[in-house]
Amino acid sequence: MSLFSRGINSSATPRLTLAQQEERLAYRLLAVPVTVVVLLVILPLLWNIFLSFQELRLIELQKLSLWAAEFTTRNYEKVVGARGFITLLRTTLIYSLFGTILPLLLGLTAAVLARDAFPGRGVFRSILLFPYIAPIVATVFVWRMMFNAQFGIVNEWASMLGYPRLSYFSQRYVDLHLFGTTLKWPLALSMVIIFSGWRYFPFSFLFYLARLQALPEDLYEAAKVDGATLTQRFWYITLPQLRVVTATLVLLRFIWTFNKFDDVFLLTGGAAGTEVITVKIYDWLFGRADVGAAAALSIVLAIILAVLLFIYFRYFFVEEEV
Amino acid sequence: MSRENIEQFWIGGVLRWIGIVLFFLACAFPFYYMLLLSFRSIQSVLVEPANLIPDWELVRTLQTYKEVLKPVDQGGQGFVVFIRNSLGVSLVTTAITLWVSISAAYAATRLDFRGKNLVNWGLLLVYMIPAIVLAIPLFVLYSKLGLRSDVPRRLLGLIVVYLSSTLPVALYMLRSYFQTIPVELEEAALIDGCTRLEALRKIVIPLSLPAIASTGLYVFMIAWNEFLYALLFLLEERNAWTLPLGVKQLDTQEVPKTMLMAGSVIITIPVIVLFTFFERFITGGLTAGGVKG
Repeated sequence: MSLFSRGINSSATPRLTLAQQEERLAYRLLAVPVTVVVLLVILPLLWNIFLSFQELRLIELQKLSLWAAEFTTRNYEKVVGARGFITLLRTTLIYSLFGTILPLLLGLTAAVLARDAFPGRGVFRSILLFPYIAPIVATVFVWRMMFNAQFGIVNEWASMLGYPRLSYFSQRYVDLHLFGTTLKWPLALSMVIIFSGWRYFPFSFLFYLARLQALPEDLYEAAKVDGATLTQRFWYITLPQLRVVTATLVLLRFIWTFNKFDDVFLLTGGAAGTEVITVKIYDWLFGRADVGAAAALSIVLAIILAVLLFIYFRYFFVEEEV
Repeated sequence: MSRENIEQFWIGGVLRWIGIVLFFLACAFPFYYMLLLSFRSIQSVLVEPANLIPDWELVRTLQTYKEVLKPVDQGGQGFVVFIRNSLGVSLVTTAITLWVSISAAYAATRLDFRGKNLVNWGLLLVYMIPAIVLAIPLFVLYSKLGLRSDVPRRLLGLIVVYLSSTLPVALYMLRSYFQTIPVELEEAALIDGCTRLEALRKIVIPLSLPAIASTGLYVFMIAWNEFLYALLFLLEERNAWTLPLGVKQLDTQEVPKTMLMAGSVIITIPVIVLFTFFERFITGGLTAGGVKG
């Protein structure tokens, strides 16, 4: 009876079903993060597109209004038509490509070394994560000290061995004598890439190590019985099992390197042939106080990244082990 | 000897140990060098660059560090202010991020609502947007809103920007952990009369403390290390600087490089300490969230 009357009451004053209540609760709990993301990511993104079509100098920010806007494509002509745009693009791609490959190779090597237990492996693994967790400013500056032309320890050791002192982060080219020919090797750019290799390998190291340790041991036992040697086991058993994790790591590392600003900005300031798009955007914004051009170049950056990601997903990405 | 034995000895033995030592040195030495330079005088570094022993007198007196920490009006670099700002910004960012993202992640895993996929995919997508692309409109917006005026407003503005990048990461990390907790536990509690929020507080949160710890540590480290937004929003107001800006400003001709290294040590120590104490959580977090770096 009581149940029945309650049912009547609830139909008189419409109550929410459990599902509706849960939906309301979900919206309430998600309200803050969604609002923050919409206000600080989605809207700025749209506004950035708007800014990229405006003639806007840094000092004129207060004058900016949404209503009296005049649209112009001059910013895009300016940044894409600027002298050295092709070089900028090439440097960015070289940096992103090798800044992806090198950390992966180093991470894989370290993971292979640390897969089987040895005394001190725990400490080894912890120390190997230091470059990744330390603040970027600290790692950049200690590298610049180590490679300092005047007193850097690397130059000191090199000169003991009879090599010339170099300004590793401010010298564009170094002459490399190989097999009787002289090669102009891009020194500063290589150094920036080597820095990326050092700083970001721990990330792929952890992923590769987790994957390697999950590989079934009997696979290796069976291969041993069949007479496969150490290198053969690595080549034919281990490597094929790493395809999926590699595909994911390539994707993440490429996106992050392509978008990276801090490293190049702090290491070289974009000098000596290391200028990448992100640093150029900063240069447009503050060096030349041209907000519109900076916005336009950042849109160009986003478009290039989107195109590259599309190509990658379309032709290269592997999702499942075969 | 068979090929297997030769490979076992040379590659699995000798080469492997050389590799282990090289990796160890490559990762540990730069941090030793940083510490070393902060404990030597710049004159002795210039005279004997290859000396790898610190000046024990400077280790005892901590002279370089005192210079860095001293207020500007006493001829120092004013790092105490930067440490305070950095701690404040990072702790507040971490607290708000955890507070908001725990319940939001719960909603995203356990509750059914229209737009669930949109929310989940949207957050992942946000993760892929370059910081520099957002930096320009946010810079313009903040200038117009007056969030680049006094110190509290600048720091508040910075925290809000940090939230926009930490919330998606935290949500993502916590969500993947909540998915591993069996639903049955909560269902029992719900049948016993708990509300959803009580179930979250009494069952899900206690079970997820490791994941919450690693998310919190991760968010703290993001905020502590962040450089670009701090540069954009704080640069003209020295009293609002966080540590990364403070260290960057030591990188001039006028300041001895030993002080630059002392500043670098100061900003690195908290991270290494946290890492040493909570290594398990941090390592778990790095792989669970696919944490950006």
